[in-house]
Amino acid sequence: MPGRVEGKVAFITGAARGQGRSHAVRLAQEGADIIAVDHCADIDTVGYPMATAEDLAETARQVEKFGGRVVAREADVRDTGSLRAAVDEGVAELGRLDIVCANAGILSNGPSHELSEQTWEQMIDINLSGVWRTCTVAIPHLIAGGRGGSIVLTSSVAGLRSYSGVSHYVAAKHGVVGLMKTLAQELAEHSIRVNTVNPTQVDTDMIQNESMYRLFCPDVENPTREDFGEASGATILLPIPWVESIDVSNAVLFLASDEARYITGVALPVDAGALVI
Amino acid sequence: MSRGRVAGRVALVTGAARGQGRAHAVRLAEEGADVIAVDVCADLENVPYPLGTAADLAETARQVERLGRRVLARQADVRDLGALRAVVDEGVAELGRLDIVCANAGVNQPAPAKDMPESVWRDVVDIDLGGVWRTCAAAIPHLIAGGRGGSLVLTSSAAGLKAYANIAHYTAAKHGVVGLTKTLAQELAPHRIRVNTVSPTQVDTPMIMNEPMYRLFCPGVAEPTREDFAPVSQAMNALPVPWVEPRDVSDAVLFLASDEARYITGVALPVDAGVLIK
Repeated sequence: MPGRVEGKVAFITGAARGQGRSHAVRLAQEGADIIAVDHCADIDTVGYPMATAEDLAETARQVEKFGGRVVAREADVRDTGSLRAAVDEGVAELGRLDIVCANAGILSNGPSHELSEQTWEQMIDINLSGVWRTCTVAIPHLIAGGRGGSIVLTSSVAGLRSYSGVSHYVAAKHGVVGLMKTLAQELAEHSIRVNTVNPTQVDTDMIQNESMYRLFCPDVENPTREDFGEASGATILLPIPWVESIDVSNAVLFLASDEARYITGVALPVDAGALVI
Repeated sequence: MSRGRVAGRVALVTGAARGQGRAHAVRLAEEGADVIAVDVCADLENVPYPLGTAADLAETARQVERLGRRVLARQADVRDLGALRAVVDEGVAELGRLDIVCANAGVNQPAPAKDMPESVWRDVVDIDLGGVWRTCAAAIPHLIAGGRGGSLVLTSSAAGLKAYANIAHYTAAKHGVVGLTKTLAQELAPHRIRVNTVSPTQVDTPMIMNEPMYRLFCPGVAEPTREDFAPVSQAMNALPVPWVEPRDVSDAVLFLASDEARYITGVALPVDAGVLIK
């Protein structure tokens, strides 16, 4: 039986680990080849380590295990030139482009009035402008292909409601929803669809770190993963602490596939009911 | 069939005789589900187009069985809670369990709000909103008793998220379905029962492919046809298509019904060719 995205090529940012790796592997499992991009370097306003070149190589290995071809490149979503080089090279080698997962993102926290200008700027530059740059380098290939396409932008529940202590993140993720709707209008005539996924807390390094534990458990002296799980679980309806990367990947796969051929301009929460709690 | 995306599950589908309901029944059966198929199979005084028939419902049942799945098909009106309860109870007794509910039955009858006879308002709201609640009310005890969670997919509409002139009753009912979804999602989350809507734009079914709807969409045309309707309908969508097919809504239903969406609840999922962002 052919896979649900058989023969398609997907461009994924933040692909070295976490949700990005999971998207790459899930799409490969359903027959796609992958252009995997990651910055693979730490960022100074972020209080947890970023992925490494080794992580990106591991993603590539996992894609190949499913028989998918992969072009893995280090590139920073703040640098249009490096992104364009990666996607151009990927399309040249893999022959086409159909799916874009603009997934790369960071998280830091602090009260709005205490955020440094640099913290604000890096957040917007990576989590919002990085998504725009990812789209701008990919869209010419999608249009040139003439077969339509599916762009899935990673927003967040924080793109649809506010959370105190992360105003820069909330602003960037709201911005991604606005960008998605405008792109959906602009690209509809080419049958290119644009949607967001809006996850609640996902069990990845971006939230499983001391800085996030302290934000969620302000009254615990040395909060642990278990303390965080309890506090995180209280923000969602279903009786779980958080969702897994695979849950977001399954939503991405659905939106990327022809099963969603007439779904565009939609924000799809994968949020265990966080928005209706 | 063990590799189907809803293998071994049982789905209740209302409005299953034709259109989207039949497509949902068949799509879920393709992925391994057995089906309890319900339809009123009778014309209604305030609905200006023929509804599904007993022969249509039998054809849905045949299509499910041809896929190697079991089916229990019964006539029942979503305005009659007792009848719905009897069908669901019988279906669960025969098929052994209940996991998925597609509250899909719905009707429409265009008219300006100020001129709408009360009976028209009442029937559309009673079927399109009240019928969805009754379907859920009849099914939820079985989902809870099963202890395995579950997925309810309520059929709303783009008209559940934005306004359309001359279908005030339908727009109000479909908005109501979105509200009902969110409340049910809250009430049922402790049981791992998820509740979501699909919110389609125009779908190529007899509910919109009829003369009163053509007249609503093409007020300047004397004898409007499907061909006149197509460009007007397409102008409402962002994607270059006049309408979506029942199968497109079924694919969204399948996704929401499957474990791939195990942590998606309380969500309105448009299948709308971009009508909401046009």
